[in-house]
Amino acid sequence: MNTFSLNGREATFTPGQSILDAARENGVEIPTLCFLKQNAPTGACRVCLVEVAGARSLMASCSTPVTRGMEVLTESDRVHGARKLVVELLLSSGHHDCLVCEANGNCRLQDLAYRYGIRELKFSRSEEQYTVEDQNPFIVRDFSKCILCGRCVQACNEIVVNRAISLGYRGAKSKVVTGGDMPYHESECVMCGQCVQVCPVGALTEKKAAGLGRAWETEKIRTTCPYCGVGCQQLLHVRNGRITKVTGVEEAEPNHGRLCVKGRFGYDFIYSKERLTTPLIREGEGFREASWDEALDLVADRLKEIIAKHGPDSVAGVSCARSINEDSYQMQKLFRAVFKTNNIDHCART
Amino acid sequence: MTNSFAHFAKAKMMFVIGSNMTEAHPVASTFVKEAVTGGAQLIVVDPRRTPLCDFARIHAPIRVGSDIAFLNGLMNVLISEDLYDKEYVNSCTTGFDELKEKVMEYPPERAAEISGISADLIREIARTLASVKPAMLMYTLGITEHTCGVNNVLSCANLQMLLGNVGFECGGVNPLRGQNNVQGACDMGALPNVFPGYQRVDNPQAREKFEKAWGVEGLPAKPGLMIPQMMDGLVDGKVKAFYVFGENLANTEPDIRHVEHCLESAEFLVCQDIFPTETTRFAHVILPAAAWSENDGTFSSSERRVNRVRTASAAPGAAMPNWWIFRELARRFGHSWNSDSAQEIWDNELSKLAPSMAGIKYVRLEGDGLQWPVPTEDSCGTTYLHSDGCFTCGLGVLSPVDWTPPAEVPDREYPFVLSTGRRLYHYHTRTQTGRCEGLNDLLGEETADISPDDADRLNIRHGEMVRVRSRRGAVNVRANVTEQVPSGMVWMAFHFREACANWITNPAFDPVTQTAEYKACAVGIDKL
Repeated sequence: MNTFSLNGREATFTPGQSILDAARENGVEIPTLCFLKQNAPTGACRVCLVEVAGARSLMASCSTPVTRGMEVLTESDRVHGARKLVVELLLSSGHHDCLVCEANGNCRLQDLAYRYGIRELKFSRSEEQYTVEDQNPFIVRDFSKCILCGRCVQACNEIVVNRAISLGYRGAKSKVVTGGDMPYHESECVMCGQCVQVCPVGALTEKKAAGLGRAWETEKIRTTCPYCGVGCQQLLHVRNGRITKVTGVEEAEPNHGRLCVKGRFGYDFIYSKERLTTPLIREGEGFREASWDEALDLVADRLKEIIAKHGPDSVAGVSCARSINEDSYQMQKLFRAVFKTNNIDHCART
Repeated sequence: MTNSFAHFAKAKMMFVIGSNMTEAHPVASTFVKEAVTGGAQLIVVDPRRTPLCDFARIHAPIRVGSDIAFLNGLMNVLISEDLYDKEYVNSCTTGFDELKEKVMEYPPERAAEISGISADLIREIARTLASVKPAMLMYTLGITEHTCGVNNVLSCANLQMLLGNVGFECGGVNPLRGQNNVQGACDMGALPNVFPGYQRVDNPQAREKFEKAWGVEGLPAKPGLMIPQMMDGLVDGKVKAFYVFGENLANTEPDIRHVEHCLESAEFLVCQDIFPTETTRFAHVILPAAAWSENDGTFSSSERRVNRVRTASAAPGAAMPNWWIFRELARRFGHSWNSDSAQEIWDNELSKLAPSMAGIKYVRLEGDGLQWPVPTEDSCGTTYLHSDGCFTCGLGVLSPVDWTPPAEVPDREYPFVLSTGRRLYHYHTRTQTGRCEGLNDLLGEETADISPDDADRLNIRHGEMVRVRSRRGAVNVRANVTEQVPSGMVWMAFHFREACANWITNPAFDPVTQTAEYKACAVGIDKL
């Protein structure tokens, strides 16, 4: 039987499983920061430290496999002290100013600082100054908030495999870089925004969402992407009836949290001033506004006339491959059951 | 798709033909790339060196429109070298002798001559494919948008059946569908020959079933017209009234000048859309519709997955859901339709009429949706079709097909092949992406992509304006000199009106599907 001791309780594990995963399966949550589910653990942030009896030091639970009989403490004073120190060091590493941060309310570092009761900065702030990069239309990169957890690098290289960014420079100069450390818009980046979705702090944020609402103010509505035929599952973040941003639904088929540039950033066409908002009837070279009754009566009367004069097959229709199933069902029903023609098609074969 | 996107990441061998997946289906491509980084092998067959080629073990840059010759060449090697799956072919398929006879006419040397891929590489690809089972075949419009599109598809199916790859996880024949709900529009019967659930209109039992369900008599038995026939019908007077719902035909169909002449000829044109488009200019009545996130409903994806679409905000002004508009029109013809929401339409009508979707009800779609066939309410759906080679129709039919060249091939006056498609940052005619903040900044105009060789020869520099002309028309467009394109080819998209490729594409169609040959026509390039 593969068992180990978890906070004094006997717990089961499968060989090869990390302490983090085994603990989660046994109902014990260990906080993480750099850990990106379904990807190789990097052990970079040290927030998931636990105490293992007999070990020389505290161990990163994400990257330490459980062994039979291992005695693990996840919430000891020593563990708490170490995690608090890690968070304090991270807080001093940059300009983590929640008041003006777009990620406020959606920040793992903020959550951890609160959880470990940090009231003041123990260490002085790093003097390193980075400028904010926002020359591209979608993604704001603020390196003064980057904690170098590496999640964005993993997402770019292992999840969407776009290979646009990596960890560059060394030691205290470490930084997430594109090829040649160019800004995103001059790099290989294809603006899928997966890096933003996995960023646990405010280092990567969405430009279009800035100022439109805090995380706790938005309702999350699950839907399906309106572009290609993959059917990616999206979460629409909605505040006051307006989409503020779109993220991929984690652990959902088929996309497992992934989106492309159109799926993530191509949502605001619905708010365009150019939307058709009223029925229009041709008048000379232009159109005049009409009520639904007038427009629909006109369509029905003209179609009746044409069908009476030329037969049902003189009417033809093209349905929409972008609209919902129920719309196409209704349209073919209208053509077949009401007009009595099978002249109904759509762009099925292109 | 016979299979599911979840199989991409787990596949051991992938054969991608005529698919620029990283741009047209970016998220699908992430799973292919993930599989490759995990050790899977990838073979990409495409005239262009598409971004996916960076991950491929082999890239075969076949000549535009030579797919069948190339695929027949592969099958020739598989049979000649005894590498095909004999047991599968014997027990699961029919027509092997006829197929063999045909592909024997395509020894690798002949296939090489037509496709431009060396006989040795053809042999290597065939042997590589046969070395791993199952292999997964994916294709997109590079296969279908040809006058021989149907035969291209049959060839892909032949190859996969010969290899014994259909009916298994991580195998199959997998067309990536272009629009979010093009699968669904087919499933719903927005096709001239079938009712919802692919029940044929020329089948009397099917008609009787729908007559009863819809409370009508005399449903028409004769299959209707396909889009190009409708367009021509507008000119020759067979079609008087044309109802265009959510399509911008004036930009998407080949030979815009001809298309606009057709639209102009309509006695009565109704457009139902969310924006004014190049097509609505010709309308007599325009009806404003609710868009994507202003509706509750369902989309069906490439993997036959029915997923929910949910309302986030109200439609602007007087815009209404499309299903409501159709219902109101029916009412004016004296038909009163009971269903008064998308859910009622699905639950009370569609799922009761389409056997493959009988088990799908809205209440079951809260999570990850369901992949049809879902015949009953306790079925969990179907992640791959034709399980273990047991084909839905009995035996898998191997169909011998011959290579035919594109309808228009380069000549002295028009020495280049134009191939068209989609780019990453825009979608179709930009009715939507053109109105999203930021996307135009990433791609603000059309380009004609040409090879460095041709650019040198014609003395064209990257970014210079050129004129691309065909027998249909001409556009002025900026040259994009790129290694992605082989010499002799021009590649363009149809996202921007001014330099839309469809001013010059050829309205030649596959005889069965009436799919236009967007992938091949002859053009000339002039430096401006």
